[in-house]
Amino acid sequence: MRRIGIDVGGTNTDAVLLDGDKVVFAVKCPTTQDATSGILDALKALRADPAARGPVDAVVIGTTHFINAVVQRRNLMKVAAIRIGMPASASLPPFCDWPQGLAERVRGEIFMLEGGHDYDGRPIVPFDTAGMRAAAQRIADLGLRSVAVSSIFSPLDPSCEIAARDILQEICPNVAVTLSHDLGRIGLLERENAALLNAVLHDLAVETVAAFRKATAESGIDAPLFLTQNDGTVMQAETAIAFPVMSFASGATNSMRGAAHLSGLDDALVVDVGGTTSDIGQLRHGFPREANAVVEVGGVRTLFRMPDLLSIGLGGGSHIDPASARVGPLSVGYRLTQDALVFGGIQLTATDIAVAAGLLDVGDRSRTASISKDMIAAALTDATRQLEENIDRMKTEAGDAPLIAVGGGAFLVPERLAGVSQIIRVPFGDCANAVGAAIARVSGEADQVFRDLTRDEAIAAALEIAERKAINAGADPRSLKTIEIEDMPIAYLPGNSLRVRVRVAGALSRIEASREVA
Amino acid sequence: MNEPVLTEITLEDIESLAVGAWILGTGGGGSPYLGLLNLRRLYAEGYRVQLMSPLDLDDDDRVAVVSNMGAPLIGQERLADSRNIARAVEMQEEFGGFKFRAVMSVEIGGGNGTQALMAAAHLNIPVVDADCMGRAFPEAQMTSVAIGGLRPYPCTLYDPRGIEAIVTKVPSWKWMERTSRKICVEMGSIASTSKAPRTGREVKDWGIHFTTTAAIRIGRLVREANRLHTDPIAALLESEGGKRLFTGKVVDVARRTTEGFLRGSVAIEGIDDDRGSRLELSFQNEWIVAWREGKAVAMSPDLICVLESISGHAVGTETVRYGQRVTVVALPAPAVLTSPRGLEFVGPRAFGYDLDFRSVFEERAGAGV
Repeated sequence: MRRIGIDVGGTNTDAVLLDGDKVVFAVKCPTTQDATSGILDALKALRADPAARGPVDAVVIGTTHFINAVVQRRNLMKVAAIRIGMPASASLPPFCDWPQGLAERVRGEIFMLEGGHDYDGRPIVPFDTAGMRAAAQRIADLGLRSVAVSSIFSPLDPSCEIAARDILQEICPNVAVTLSHDLGRIGLLERENAALLNAVLHDLAVETVAAFRKATAESGIDAPLFLTQNDGTVMQAETAIAFPVMSFASGATNSMRGAAHLSGLDDALVVDVGGTTSDIGQLRHGFPREANAVVEVGGVRTLFRMPDLLSIGLGGGSHIDPASARVGPLSVGYRLTQDALVFGGIQLTATDIAVAAGLLDVGDRSRTASISKDMIAAALTDATRQLEENIDRMKTEAGDAPLIAVGGGAFLVPERLAGVSQIIRVPFGDCANAVGAAIARVSGEADQVFRDLTRDEAIAAALEIAERKAINAGADPRSLKTIEIEDMPIAYLPGNSLRVRVRVAGALSRIEASREVA
Repeated sequence: MNEPVLTEITLEDIESLAVGAWILGTGGGGSPYLGLLNLRRLYAEGYRVQLMSPLDLDDDDRVAVVSNMGAPLIGQERLADSRNIARAVEMQEEFGGFKFRAVMSVEIGGGNGTQALMAAAHLNIPVVDADCMGRAFPEAQMTSVAIGGLRPYPCTLYDPRGIEAIVTKVPSWKWMERTSRKICVEMGSIASTSKAPRTGREVKDWGIHFTTTAAIRIGRLVREANRLHTDPIAALLESEGGKRLFTGKVVDVARRTTEGFLRGSVAIEGIDDDRGSRLELSFQNEWIVAWREGKAVAMSPDLICVLESISGHAVGTETVRYGQRVTVVALPAPAVLTSPRGLEFVGPRAFGYDLDFRSVFEERAGAGV
């Protein structure tokens, strides 16, 4: 299978072509304001190489476009919020903990309806379908075009949300509907927030995916398009239109997945050294360990599958403090090629130190002649100390572990680090994120509370749900592997209630992919 | 009726209370986050809460004792609602045929630390600066009022779909726990409750005093330290007379539920001064015993608090996970809990550990058994 992986980062847009497991070609282009012309540039550069021509089976894009829209409050729609669960949870309506400016911008109308479920599947009260019909009519009258629906305990029983969607489709068929249970976890406010963020991005998702499609078509590529998700797996472009929030944190994940692929290691620490920051994470079974916590996006609390990462202010563009030789956390960022000494600037950066130390060969080395040997040694020692301290923080067990160093600033990682058994550098390591996008797999997840089952039975039941979801999303059933099993007994519930969360992933099914083309 | 000094609790105080109550939750009691959201909303709507000293109560005043009962996970879907807790208090008034002078939380630790404020806002009566635990504990009989042998009934339970229940009489606090827990489970494993009403005299004699202001003070210290990038844990220990037990990284978490409780243990591997050593914590919803090299070094009712090493914020038994950098500290228990009768209710044997209580603070304070 030949796949193109593209990572649209803050500074560079990287593109790689993989044939099977092998990187055939890699290219870096500056990211552009509109993202898509940068993609077009990268694809053109890629296709200009004879080795990179010929048919392609899939194009996979990792993008920060949607999360940036939320953070920068751009291209957001007004939405309707429907909460089903009254008379419970009445005092904390949708948007109740949002930053005021953002809420004012996107809050269309709020509807709070009777319905929802208890943890054991019993309805709290019957679903108010008459109220739902009235809400749908009001949404049509107001001209709102995107709706988020959340219902109490919908991850356990989605029937109220599904009934709400059916009514919306009947009364206002052109409205885009996000159901909170499609986005995941238990935790009403956070799940509802994810659904609302998803709904406000609907128009942008339609436009962006269309632009990505245009960019690939214009480069003469006729292949299905996928977007990467936060957990290192992919979704078809159609799905990405429906679930833009699923791409929120895919950049760092892609980089870790790429590091796993390029090194052939499934269990290792990874450090991705960029221009401004170093992201440290841990691979388990080839996937980043996930943060099991609430994540704020643009000031909104959400529960997403996010990689557990430690980000420190250490990168190729980090300032060096002339007094202490401390590296970072300030950085010249994207101005590296103007501000660093070796590029004719006046700011002493980590890149200058690396050039002076002979670790890196860029720019004009003679401009580093005035940096003292002591300064070089002290700065490198400080970078080493920062890496050692924070790598140790990310480890989950004692003992030395291998570390894969990737990213454009990987030259700051020394040959030996305390607590690290081996430092692995890989070819194409500076494009690890695009490689991670290209090799991304398809996943499925289940998160449910089971009662009166043994632990094994509950996990088996959850696995079956997750596998079905993965296959529906385009995974090859024969390649499915379990990525994560987490079970959590629940306090104060009868019947030995057990909450089980399971994630599986498999290779993209080729048949499924080519069908989308046809 | 005497004229008490009433202090208005500011929204800033409530933000601090949420942080402090989570620390005093000693790992359990649920997060105060949703209670905080309720109060932010109530304050935005113009509601205000007044705080009164327990010493200002008249002997024959009535005080409502409130709590949200149930599984914290359920509370993440069926969200805490200030009107529900107020309704549970009104049910007591209707049943008893009297009016409450004030309201207090059964436990200041965790999510229940905000329940009294939520009820008080709607009922327009003050909150008493006291509670019945000075922390969080998993069961209804683990309170200062139970230790005091005070009457355990009646208890009201309210469910927003229209179920109202009153347990009018039980022979003991344990029976109250069992009976009300069964009702709570039928209600969907979450209910707003108003416990046996207390007189002003009882609160003065058996309430654990000034715990609301303690939670606010602790929270303020931590938030202030976060703002100034100073060490919140050092500030907390100095202010509260606490003791640092261990600093390390969580390396193992084992959880199971038995009889409805979340039990388990957490292993922490030492870093910095504690490198090469290991601390194990046993929990039953809350942190109960800390073991070092097989020896119990801290135990209930001393407060064992697990804090994120950098932020100083509390880590709960439901949210603790691999790799977290934590500092374990002990805070002294209220005296009523460490009395011989107190230890029968909340000492290590009440949690199934065959240990004689030995306070971490014994040497310093000469307290303990």
